[in-house]
Amino acid sequence: MTAVFPDIWPALPEIFLAAAAMALLMLGVFRGDGFTRPVSYLTVVVMLLAAVLTMGYGTGRVVTFNGLFVMDAFGVFMKVLVLVAAAASVILSLGFNEREEMARFEFPVLMLLATLGMLMMISANDLISLYVGLETQSLALYVIAAFRRDSAKSSEAGLKYFVLGALSSGMLLYGASLVYGFAGTTSFDKIAALFAGGAHVSPGVVIGLVFVLAGLAFKVSAAPFHMWTPDVYEGAPTPVTAFFAAAPKVAAIALFTRVLIEPFGHLTAQWHQVLVATAILSMVIGSFVAIMQTNIKRLMAYSSIGHIGYAMVGLAAGTQDGVRGVLIYMALYIAMNIGAFAVILSMKAKGVMLEEIKDFAGLSKTNPLLAATMAIFMFSMAGIPPMAGFFGKLYVFLAAVAAQDYALAVIGVLTSVVGAYYYLRIIKIMYFDEPVVVVDKVDDDGMTGILVATSLFTLLFFVAPAPILNGAAAAAAALFAG
Amino acid sequence: MASWPLLSFTTFLPLVGVALILLFCRGTSPDVVRNVRYIALWTTLVTFVLTLFIWINFDPRNPGYQMVEKAAWIPDFGISYHMGVDGISVLFVVLSGFLMPLCILAGWESVQTRVKEYMIAFLALETLMIGMFCALDFVLFYMFFEGVLIPMFLIIGIWGGPRRVYAAFKFFLYTLLGSVLMLLAILAMYYVAGTTDIPTITATQFPRGMQLWLWLAFFASFAVKVPMWPVHTWLPDAHVEAPTAGSVILAGVLLKMGGYGFLRFNIPILPEATEYFAPLIYTLSVVAVIYTSLVALAQEDMKKLIAYSSVAHMGFVTIGMFALNQQGIEGSIFQMLSHGVVSGALFLCVGVVYDRLHTREIARYGGLVKNMPKYAVVFLFMTMASVGLPGTAGFVGEFLVLLGVFRDNTWVAALAATGMVLGAAYALWLYRRVVYGKLVKPDVKAMFDMNAREIAVFIPLVLVVLWMGVYPSSFLNVTSASVEQLIQTYQTKLAASHAASGLSVAAR
Repeated sequence: MTAVFPDIWPALPEIFLAAAAMALLMLGVFRGDGFTRPVSYLTVVVMLLAAVLTMGYGTGRVVTFNGLFVMDAFGVFMKVLVLVAAAASVILSLGFNEREEMARFEFPVLMLLATLGMLMMISANDLISLYVGLETQSLALYVIAAFRRDSAKSSEAGLKYFVLGALSSGMLLYGASLVYGFAGTTSFDKIAALFAGGAHVSPGVVIGLVFVLAGLAFKVSAAPFHMWTPDVYEGAPTPVTAFFAAAPKVAAIALFTRVLIEPFGHLTAQWHQVLVATAILSMVIGSFVAIMQTNIKRLMAYSSIGHIGYAMVGLAAGTQDGVRGVLIYMALYIAMNIGAFAVILSMKAKGVMLEEIKDFAGLSKTNPLLAATMAIFMFSMAGIPPMAGFFGKLYVFLAAVAAQDYALAVIGVLTSVVGAYYYLRIIKIMYFDEPVVVVDKVDDDGMTGILVATSLFTLLFFVAPAPILNGAAAAAAALFAG
Repeated sequence: MASWPLLSFTTFLPLVGVALILLFCRGTSPDVVRNVRYIALWTTLVTFVLTLFIWINFDPRNPGYQMVEKAAWIPDFGISYHMGVDGISVLFVVLSGFLMPLCILAGWESVQTRVKEYMIAFLALETLMIGMFCALDFVLFYMFFEGVLIPMFLIIGIWGGPRRVYAAFKFFLYTLLGSVLMLLAILAMYYVAGTTDIPTITATQFPRGMQLWLWLAFFASFAVKVPMWPVHTWLPDAHVEAPTAGSVILAGVLLKMGGYGFLRFNIPILPEATEYFAPLIYTLSVVAVIYTSLVALAQEDMKKLIAYSSVAHMGFVTIGMFALNQQGIEGSIFQMLSHGVVSGALFLCVGVVYDRLHTREIARYGGLVKNMPKYAVVFLFMTMASVGLPGTAGFVGEFLVLLGVFRDNTWVAALAATGMVLGAAYALWLYRRVVYGKLVKPDVKAMFDMNAREIAVFIPLVLVVLWMGVYPSSFLNVTSASVEQLIQTYQTKLAASHAASGLSVAAR
């Protein structure tokens, strides 16, 4: 057996990110914390360059590194989403980190490393590379969750995230080992080929699959594995929360989708029920529990649980339409999510961050533009047309109806009405109530840019939805062709 | 003129007004506020003129869709930007355009806070309303239909009365709950037909079992919107708390969306289910007509009384519609138009006295005929129109509806007719308590009669009500060809499916 040098071109964005992360780390080490801003800017540039590299990849499906790594149109779509979301999160963190005296150059570098892990997750084509990618991501995330070392809440969030993350990784590994034991391979392609041939599905494989799904459900914070989410979201520094809610969610959903469709695509009958149950639980918990929240970050945590539930509705269908719905949903979700967190990060009075929902009172009078922006995101998250969020819901429910999951679809739309209540409550507080605090003006150019970009995208998506919809359709088709 | 996208132009013109306000009106000085009001007024007036152009351009002998515009929107998914009007929708477009300038005028002085946002909300609302009546694609329709909730929620919540927050939430969530079920029905249809194009779907035959579910889903949405008993409870709250102009639009146009939806979707697309569920509609409507009329008799609040009367009048609309014959359906369209004008005018009448005394409690008034004679005349006229006095708009609609339903089911006609009597009772009693009696209360004595602006608002309304009552043909001509086609579609599809089921029974 001769060693063949693998085709590294499909992994070019990852290699570029890894090299850039090392370089930026060096830069930071030698120039010190005073150099945080330039390192952050360079991180953004690196992420966007990686996105460009990813887009330049093309459309064909290539498997490399001895079948460990796969690149296809699905990967391109998800990686670009992750990179753009991560870049936006870095920009969001700048002002906050400086104000709260946690501006250290490791922060953007850690985000870069986490992003590298996410790209690996998206391209994983083997249970081993899946785990490596997931852990690369998670280790960096554990650190930035606890980045505000002197804050008890932040440390608690980091610790909680670490312990529960380790637990979920353990479950995932256990499941993967069961699958390996009963299927005899860790390669996605070979597992798929095995079951495509109509091989007998032994209970061991099913149990292994369920463990893998449980581990992944932890990562996407789908109920009933969502418990860590509100505490971590609340405790972590807000820019970290914004990051958590966007890029890692997309990567984990991408991984989830690939695992379900590629290796276990022929076991739909086995995992369909599991997905339906998680989807319903997530939607119900995400909408009902959110009503009682008083902290905006906790509210966003429950909101994200609910949104993952809606994405799961598409995933549960297990069809190409379903995956398309998931991709569209995630693309629109990160836009409005980053936008909403940009608003939350802009909420400060006399330099002090505001995190309570009641602090939004009368925002429409003290800062009409910020209030209007938040209103756009809230209506969008509630799924009210013509905002972008409506289209996300449209396509996942279309998939559910097409797959004849009527009960799931009906429960989904009903919980979206419950969800609308708490999104409306924020609008009510901003527009109908009298102001109690005067919110500072947004003085950060990067923040303003993100607010403008995400709100216009969310508001005007309906004018030209075709590029994203067609991109998602092509990506979904690629996954099923593979 | 045919190549000119008149419908899109009319639909999106109000947004141009929004853009103008956003671009050129900054600050809150009195001059700026005045400019905002004038921009809004002129935008709505020009839009109204354009809707008249649509009416003029409309060929009443052609039953199909006219002034059709079609452009690719999301081509890979069979969703297009498809606009067009037929005899059923064209008059609603005109109605929306007609009421809007009056709404702007109604809020001219009474709205002093956040005038800019107020006008923007109303202009956005106009775009959404006109767009909804013109949309010929389900996704487009749904976007306009649901989008209406956003400005209306803000209008009730920001400029409403003391319980505005409760009313705004109730309005929003109630209607959203109905609409999301309709969304699922739309998706199911899309799955079967492969497109969301309304004319194409209208030509598609859906299996009977599916029709029943689809029908119920559409019913959930439109019944809330109409509103039909027992899902009408959001309406009194929303009306009472909304500012005057909000009530006018709510009663004048938003309620018609439900009726329009039944006509456009339930009847032609799901004929078998329509036949199956028609008794349900009859029952609920008859209950609505009688029960809400009785409830209206017991009201102490002027707006609440008119809100309940709206539910009763819309009961007539749904009865006429599901009689499924020419008179019934034409009557129900006419009734919707006349109710749009008359109930809008009644809410404006309430607004006039509310602006002066800031209460809607009936008992606080009395004897207004002495110090407000002009107001008394207008109010009397609109009360008579609401009661259905021959020569006013109200009579024609109710008469045609009763005629249509009498041919279908005499009992329903008889019960509905009692609603007319009760309607006369509560309307006249309201008028007696507010306008007649002794003028004793000092603050009521101090009220002055209508000013020039208010008279300017009411003159067009009075003229239109008279016109509709005296010469209804100018409206019925527009609707008859399309209604005829609607009934034909309904009966052909019904006959086809009966024949098919007959065959399958024979084959067994």
